[in-house]
Amino acid sequence: MNQDIEARKQELLKEGYEEVYTRTKVLTDAVMHYCPGCGHGTTHRLVAEVIDEIGIQDQVVGVSPVGCSVLAYNYFDVDFQEAAHGRAPAVATAVKRLNPDTFVFTYQGDGDLAAIGTAETIHAANRGENITMIFVNNGIYGMTGGQMAPTTLVGMKSATTPYGRRVDLNGFPLRMTELLATLPGTYYVTRQSVQNPAAVRKAKAAIRKAFENQKLKKGLSFVEILSNCNSGWKMTPVQANKWMEDNMMPNYPIGDIKVDGKIAEGIDVNRLVLDHPLTVQQ
Amino acid sequence: MARELQLMKGNEAIARAMIASGTDGYFGYPITPQSEVMETLMAEKPWETTGMTVLQAESEVASINMVYGGAATGKKVATSSSSPGISLMQEGLTYLAGAEIPCLIVNVMRGGPGLGTIQPSQSDYFQSTKGGGHGDYQLYTLAPASVQEMYDFVFDAWDIAFKYRNPVLILSDGAIGQCMEKLYTRDNMPRWTEEERRKNAPWGTWGKPANRNHNIITSLELDSARQEVFNLKLQKKYDEMKEKEVRYEMLNCEDAEYIIVAYGSSSRIAMKAMQMAREKGIKVGLFRLITLFPFPTKQLAEVAAHVKGILCVEMSAGQMIEDVKLATKCGVKTEHFGRFGGIIPTPGEVLEALENKIIK
Amino acid sequence: MTEEIIIAGFGGQGVLSMGKILAYSGVMQDKEVSWMPSYGPEMRGGTANVSVIISDERISSPIINQFDTAIILNQQSLDKFEASVKPGGLLIFDPNGITHEPTRKDINIYKIAATAKAQELGISKVFNMVVLGGFLKLKPIVDKQYIHEGLEHSLPQRHWNLIPQNEEAIEIGKGLIEAVQVL
Repeated sequence: MNQDIEARKQELLKEGYEEVYTRTKVLTDAVMHYCPGCGHGTTHRLVAEVIDEIGIQDQVVGVSPVGCSVLAYNYFDVDFQEAAHGRAPAVATAVKRLNPDTFVFTYQGDGDLAAIGTAETIHAANRGENITMIFVNNGIYGMTGGQMAPTTLVGMKSATTPYGRRVDLNGFPLRMTELLATLPGTYYVTRQSVQNPAAVRKAKAAIRKAFENQKLKKGLSFVEILSNCNSGWKMTPVQANKWMEDNMMPNYPIGDIKVDGKIAEGIDVNRLVLDHPLTVQQ
Repeated sequence: MARELQLMKGNEAIARAMIASGTDGYFGYPITPQSEVMETLMAEKPWETTGMTVLQAESEVASINMVYGGAATGKKVATSSSSPGISLMQEGLTYLAGAEIPCLIVNVMRGGPGLGTIQPSQSDYFQSTKGGGHGDYQLYTLAPASVQEMYDFVFDAWDIAFKYRNPVLILSDGAIGQCMEKLYTRDNMPRWTEEERRKNAPWGTWGKPANRNHNIITSLELDSARQEVFNLKLQKKYDEMKEKEVRYEMLNCEDAEYIIVAYGSSSRIAMKAMQMAREKGIKVGLFRLITLFPFPTKQLAEVAAHVKGILCVEMSAGQMIEDVKLATKCGVKTEHFGRFGGIIPTPGEVLEALENKIIK
Repeated sequence: MTEEIIIAGFGGQGVLSMGKILAYSGVMQDKEVSWMPSYGPEMRGGTANVSVIISDERISSPIINQFDTAIILNQQSLDKFEASVKPGGLLIFDPNGITHEPTRKDINIYKIAATAKAQELGISKVFNMVVLGGFLKLKPIVDKQYIHEGLEHSLPQRHWNLIPQNEEAIEIGKGLIEAVQVL
């Protein structure tokens, strides 16, 4: 930890202050490059806290994608591999199979996981690889400048859908998480978000479960995190979170989809598969 | 070391050598004419003996990225494929080279372009030695010419791969892959212990102990100045390979007036053509390339200085000939003879080409 | 001594395994050998062929197109390979299914009615060994004891009980082969 910060902290403690909140040691000192208000920072922190709390920092191997979180390896103080675009699940498959005592997680965005890497995602899930996949879905390609993602909503504007996504032209938004829940190889499939403290708490519990599941060796654990992309959506962070709640969540409902290898209570499988997407105004 | 004599296909020899050399993992996807590699591994069940992991991936793209993931943990990980599949792997290969990950790739070549033919060819020379993917990188490339070399080169590949932290390519073709020959096998070497892995691959990502910084495997560098420094480091490594790791074989080159340059199965055909020529009283030698990268530039130039002409024999439209001409600075008459599309030249054709294109 | 052989017929006639047993026997007798098959879709139900070289010296090319001996088991293969036998070389064929017999006068031609004989004796599974026996009668390039070892190495251990039957078939073949005079 930065020595100045540590010294200042010691001073404050001497003055009678009490430490109520601190950065987890599983994150490094590196300053994150993410846009203010983006969900990546929070999601990174949750993953790091979970690794710390379970006490597996020395057993974790992370796999970062190509996209906004390409530099994730600089922020986590664990061993890390940077994969080619979309290939993180294949990379993680081999890490885990050759090192079964490690805890392996992938961290990918919607373009990486649900477009170019669709085959690797589905086959890793279908083989029931004993890994944790974190999927950050913001409905847009953030890094390359806001182009359409497979998860871009119908009507949603992007650099490559300047008049809004059209089904006849671009097809439907891809609900990868629901799709994966239908495969017998997945053990835990959930969708969470990180736009407010209550959501953050639930997301953290889900991430923790997804990591702890690796001890059970029963299949793949998959956590989708809905996030805003305020830069790509061209909104303030506050507006973006509101827009996410109003538009993303009806299309991508929050909650567990599959728990302990079974479709979660209250989830209608037919609706998962058949529901048509809602059109949004932007 | 116990040496056991067997009769075996080249592809099977590759698989058995992987097991015997203590390979930790193999990830592949079926494609003719090399499917016997994975079939042999699956039949041998090495996970029950040496503890080797074998997995059939969903594609060559996945296979090479599994190699990336597994090898980046400091283990010996391999894949094999044939030309169209190797094309799919090019992205992974440039990432492996860029992240300096030791690993083994076997290409049992077939004819192209496109889906092409399943019959033997040598038309992937450029792809193998001139960087099939993007960026400035090289694969250490070994070209076996017999089943015994298919076997032995797997052992050699691991030494080179870890010595230089570089991917190694064994560039074979359907003829050597499918051909059965006599083979001396070796006893199984045990896979590396945990301690050996940590000693041989201190850069590996297997979980960060409290007493070291986290290891990162990446080929990304956003700072151009630092990326240039890294590129120079890679070039230095390749230069060292050129200095120390060149391999070749010379037959009858001492008194030769003409030489044939060839590698892999073409060199076998050329050897027969050389014998036929010698029977006719023509002094022909054979310069066989064993490493394609690094290319035996100096050694070939020395031989070329004393001959009247060079015939390059390759099952392609003429790829290797470019390196031959560079090595000899075009100082001697040099011509290409090749068949392609899966057609294997006959020794008679090679001799005829030598007589018509070089000697005449 | 170098013997360059092509064995050709339909897939399923045991062409490749005949070549393998011959090659493995050569290995056991400390010869240099190579076994180069045709491969790919043409093997599945179509024609199959394999070049086998047995030599006292290091083998240069395992891929050859002129043969000391051609062992031919169907008409297509006869049409394809008759011309590839070296002058003075040997062509052995099974007359089963052959409508146009070989015509060359500069080579030695033998026929072996192995299909018919094997059917008659109820040993169709080792029909290819009858053919091999005919070849070995004319060109005893591998000794009997090494053929036994070659069989052991070529067959999985669970089939070793069939080795005596294979060896008998070879002996039958030796008595069955006959010279053909091309008029």
